[in-house]
Amino acid sequence: MRPFRPRPPRLLRGYRPLRPGPDRFDQRSDRARLRSRMVALVLACLTLMTLDHHPGAGSPLEPARSAMGSVFGPVESATSAAIRPVTDIGGWLHSRTSMQNDIASLEAQNSRLRAQAATTQYARNQLAEYQGLTSAAGTLGQALVPAHVVAYGPAQSFSRTVTIDAGSDAGITPDQTVLNADGLVGRVLRVTATTATVLLIVDSGSVVGGRVGASMKVGFLHGEGGLGDHGSLDLQLVDASQAPAQGDTIVTWGSHDGAPYVSGVPIGRVTTVYASLRESTQRAVIKPFVDFAALDLVGVVVPSGTHSDRGIIEADGTLQ
Amino acid sequence: MAGVLVLVALVLQVAVFPHLAWDGIVPNFCLLVVVAAALVRGPGFAATLGFFAGLALDLAPPADHVAGRWALALVIVGYVAGLMRQDTRSSATTVVATVAASSFIGTSVYALSGVVLGDAVVGSGDLLRVILVALLWDVLLTPLVLPGVIRLLTRLEPARA
Repeated sequence: MRPFRPRPPRLLRGYRPLRPGPDRFDQRSDRARLRSRMVALVLACLTLMTLDHHPGAGSPLEPARSAMGSVFGPVESATSAAIRPVTDIGGWLHSRTSMQNDIASLEAQNSRLRAQAATTQYARNQLAEYQGLTSAAGTLGQALVPAHVVAYGPAQSFSRTVTIDAGSDAGITPDQTVLNADGLVGRVLRVTATTATVLLIVDSGSVVGGRVGASMKVGFLHGEGGLGDHGSLDLQLVDASQAPAQGDTIVTWGSHDGAPYVSGVPIGRVTTVYASLRESTQRAVIKPFVDFAALDLVGVVVPSGTHSDRGIIEADGTLQ
Repeated sequence: MAGVLVLVALVLQVAVFPHLAWDGIVPNFCLLVVVAAALVRGPGFAATLGFFAGLALDLAPPADHVAGRWALALVIVGYVAGLMRQDTRSSATTVVATVAASSFIGTSVYALSGVVLGDAVVGSGDLLRVILVALLWDVLLTPLVLPGVIRLLTRLEPARA
């Protein structure tokens, strides 16, 4: 008689059920083969980690990284461009939870006008962003290469990096400042021909020299590796006796030749000040101006007159 | 072919899903593909696929951590998921349990390797939150992703003696 066989659950339909009886890995040789393969794979991983222990220009894996970058960059750019019209609307509403109440009341007032403008809204948003970037270039007196953020590093990797769709062809080199209309975004870590990887200032490995706008005191801002909207920075002043006041604006201090950060870019606002008596230092928490969960258009600071494959926004607002 | 699946997973993970991410945490598609491979083809194949998927995660831009960390995490995931497949009868529940365990192991191994190597690390509270949210994401997407991937891998499976 044919044994009764239950119909497999829907999730597994098409998936061949396991053969009854002793499975393949009970045989000693197969087991040994599996074990040696596992040992080889784990050793390969450990070798990679050893070779790459100091990522950066000196790592032997850097050529592999840039090769992967040149292959993956265009794919990421294309995917991101394909879905941007869809995500732009969603991101506009959902990523700024803190502003949702304001948006709700404004939306009620504007619903009639918005209905008329619905088809052009995306273009309007983009125009506003470009205008913001142009005015940022003017305020700073620096030339900017515009670029879009096309990929985010997952938070599971515990580092805050993004890919932008402009690379060495657009005149970008490592250690250049990245900003958007709101303020400082980060710095360029490495470039391929068409993409660049940007370290966000909220990454826990990021250190930025900052200056308190009100008192001109300098200090260092450490990223806290915070996630999503909660990204914040930690400010320690060089002069420990001076406490920044709540609400003070922090701008970049700048370094020689503007690498990695040019001076005078707004970073954020002091939200809380902690005085640590034991260490006799003053710590302040800075809320960045930039919404890192909704990055789209950014500008990379380049020397004026850089040769680029796209328009450069010059300091006087002209497009080169 | 499994390689193509991994590449599609990687692009989904870095370019599409960040727009839906919860606090920057996205579903780990590469891990789901590796688990599917483990369920269909066993631990040896899955561990090898995990190695290459992890390597892609480690090297493709925006990644900026020590290479080999995701590779190690996904090798272990492939192996463990493959062994779980042999110990249990397959049903929807065990598949979901396998994904949950794999997600937990994968993210934890990645985080621990960061601690050992002194790479950027966050506090243990954040760490736990990331691991749990990632686990939730992966489990949520299991019914949407795994049946298709499993069917694809089963169909492509070369005939074995």
